[in-house]
Amino acid sequence: MTPTLGKDLLGLEPLSGEQLRLILDTAEPFKEVSERAIKKVPTLRGKTIVNLFFESSTRTRISFEFAEKRLSADTVNIAGSGSSVQKGETLVDTARNLEAMRIDMVVMRHPSSGAARFLAERIRSNVVNAGDGTHEHPTQGLLDLLTIRDRLGRIEGAKVCICGDILHSRVARSNIWGLLKLGAHVAVCGPQSLLPRGIEELGVTVFRRIEDAIAWADVLNVLRLQLERMNAGFIPSLREYYRVFGVTVERLERAPRDLVILHPGPMNRGVEIDSRVADGPHSVILHQVTNGVAVRMAVLYLLAGGRPELAEAAKSGREGGE
Amino acid sequence: MSAPVRTSLLDAQAIGRALHRMALEIVALAGGTERLVLVGIQRRGVELAERIGVLLRREHGADVQHGALDITLYRDDLNEIGPRPVIGETRLPHELDGKVIVIVDDVLFTGRTIRAALDQIADFGRPARIGLAVLIDRGGRELPIQADIVGERVPARPGDRVDVLLAEVDGRDAVELVRGSAA
Repeated sequence: MTPTLGKDLLGLEPLSGEQLRLILDTAEPFKEVSERAIKKVPTLRGKTIVNLFFESSTRTRISFEFAEKRLSADTVNIAGSGSSVQKGETLVDTARNLEAMRIDMVVMRHPSSGAARFLAERIRSNVVNAGDGTHEHPTQGLLDLLTIRDRLGRIEGAKVCICGDILHSRVARSNIWGLLKLGAHVAVCGPQSLLPRGIEELGVTVFRRIEDAIAWADVLNVLRLQLERMNAGFIPSLREYYRVFGVTVERLERAPRDLVILHPGPMNRGVEIDSRVADGPHSVILHQVTNGVAVRMAVLYLLAGGRPELAEAAKSGREGGE
Repeated sequence: MSAPVRTSLLDAQAIGRALHRMALEIVALAGGTERLVLVGIQRRGVELAERIGVLLRREHGADVQHGALDITLYRDDLNEIGPRPVIGETRLPHELDGKVIVIVDDVLFTGRTIRAALDQIADFGRPARIGLAVLIDRGGRELPIQADIVGERVPARPGDRVDVLLAEVDGRDAVELVRGSAA
């Protein structure tokens, strides 16, 4: 039985390794669509997708919008500010009003952890989580997985260290779940104040020193250090952070092997990452951005099918026919 | 439900003869091999186009251009069927304008695959002509689409299945009619 995704994509934690592989394999042919002169296929013609962003986002929102448009869906963007949300409308009321206009899918970013599930349980449309609080950012996790697979040829057995503010990071959480389910060795590295307690229980290695992480890893996923964390007292200063945890050329030069460097963006050059590393030969940061569109096209395509239980029957019944 | 009955329609030799004849007809349709592009439909159409290419090289000394189409993203039944698990590769020569494209597929049935293939090719360029060559025409069209070149016509009932098996994919060459299956 071929795996399917179901109605929503809320996180990578609920998915199986098989489902993750389905998404990554489906993303492969979508890469080619974006390289065509006419970057568009009619797959989701007539579907209406609402991008509901209660938090600011440039990269993720635009990436989803490209993915939707390249699949020929009709899209509407709603930002939290300047909409009825500001007037105090609840999330469910907003969504029900949208559904009354006959939409098919909602892509939502929201500052509260669990908001995507809350919405998915209350509306019939497919829901794609584009980041909810500190919970998950599944499409970012998927594009990181795809990029690692592109670079190393595999994910199973790869040693991936996620560096920085793990505690507040939905990107870290989605990465950890996805990587573990696909058989990677996962580590985290950052100041103790920014590591979740008990993370070792998931089977994740903890490095206190970035030098140790670099000596161990095949891949570093360097997270953005949210500048507001400093004001909240999690780290003493940005300069201090760079001195102790910054991913610099000098540190990478001492690594026993060439590392692949990921960063979900937007970067703080000179805080968590050295500019020379970000622009260097081992950085796949822009490759991640390209893969983001392909992976989001794959997710939208797989969710839009609607009746995945028929896919298997159709496949066996129609093979050799049309 | 009775067990499906499997009847052999073509054996390996008959498939070989059919492809040989189809290759000649394709050259005639394209007025030579110079402008010809063979475009196989994933997945067995791609294998058949490869074989026809080998025949043309052997007998005409011509290296014709090849392409492959996966029409999954151009299907009109996503709502009914749901997503296909694996989408194959699509690759076409950079320049299609002025070419004679011959679409190659294993079985022509409703015509909807070919409709999707025509839409997809139109997104890549404007060939001088597009032809269609199929190994099996089983009837049952739902669209006004016909093949220019047919290896074998097989009158099949709507619930029947025609399986084209190819050594490259299935380990052996055969065309079989499966009657009385789940339909």
